[in-house]
Amino acid sequence: MAARHAALWGLAAGSVVALLWVGLLPIETASHDEIFVIPKGTWARRMSGDKVEILPDHIRLTLGVRDVLVLRNHDDVPQIFGPTLMMPGQSFRLPFERAAEYQFACTAHASGQMTIVVDPNPATPWARLIWRARELWRSS
Amino acid sequence: MLALLLVATTTVSANAPTLKAGVFDPPRQAPDFTLQGSNGHALQISQYRGKVVLLAFGFTSCTEVCPVTLNTFAVTRRKLGAAAAEVQVVYITVDPQRDVPTRLAKYLHSFDPTFVGGTGTESQLSAVRRDYGISAERKVVGDDYTYAHSSFTYLIDRNGRIRALMPYGHSPDDYANDLTILLKE
Repeated sequence: MAARHAALWGLAAGSVVALLWVGLLPIETASHDEIFVIPKGTWARRMSGDKVEILPDHIRLTLGVRDVLVLRNHDDVPQIFGPTLMMPGQSFRLPFERAAEYQFACTAHASGQMTIVVDPNPATPWARLIWRARELWRSS
Repeated sequence: MLALLLVATTTVSANAPTLKAGVFDPPRQAPDFTLQGSNGHALQISQYRGKVVLLAFGFTSCTEVCPVTLNTFAVTRRKLGAAAAEVQVVYITVDPQRDVPTRLAKYLHSFDPTFVGGTGTESQLSAVRRDYGISAERKVVGDDYTYAHSSFTYLIDRNGRIRALMPYGHSPDDYANDLTILLKE
């Protein structure tokens, strides 16, 4: 019984240490880019009646971690993508430096608008823990 | 294990972009047009080759977006000092019914006498908006009307290429930063 308690306590303590480690470790990402791509053939698919949604009308970014919106048009025709007109083969890279909610006119969406929410940098251990959990959820 | 997974999602780091505005890669040539200029002459975007152009779209009756944007441009030009002579603001109306050249001129001069406006027929302006990916939706408000329009600004370099797009709300410091970079090229 005592051995079982000790194991449980050890497991609990280990979990606490692991969570503290996750929270205290600074977040460093391989890229700050949140990338959306219009694949080749999108226009043709749309013309044939296929409803193709590439860019969500709500995008969430995080300052200092993933705070650059990247749009790429890999299709053969110009496309209105997010706030702008993009030529075939063109990319658009928009950095954000302030945490805020940004509204863009976007005719590609039924609402006519695209919202980008830029969250503050996860500066506290708790915020980092939540951010990492959200990232894990996103990637799963 | 969970801790390792959480950390493994985030490693290494990246370089910060130089311009504050959104950057096009590769940049495309700014489509040319011929409109009526607020200065009494024909307005073509190509006539400003050699200068850096801030190109915005709006209308003089706009109460929210345009006054803020144009004031930002005016403050930016003052910040740039002598270099401002190499920056041209071009403001194209989406409301040709009300924005005749004289009205555009009076409105723009209240911000900065160097600003140039452009107007034309509805079809001319519609073609320009299409070429630049600008939206402008007329909305009836009582007996009057207004427009919901794209609020960003294009930054066009000395070679007439659309280099960047500055979303609405950026500060004069951000504009000055980007214009300084483009002017040095």
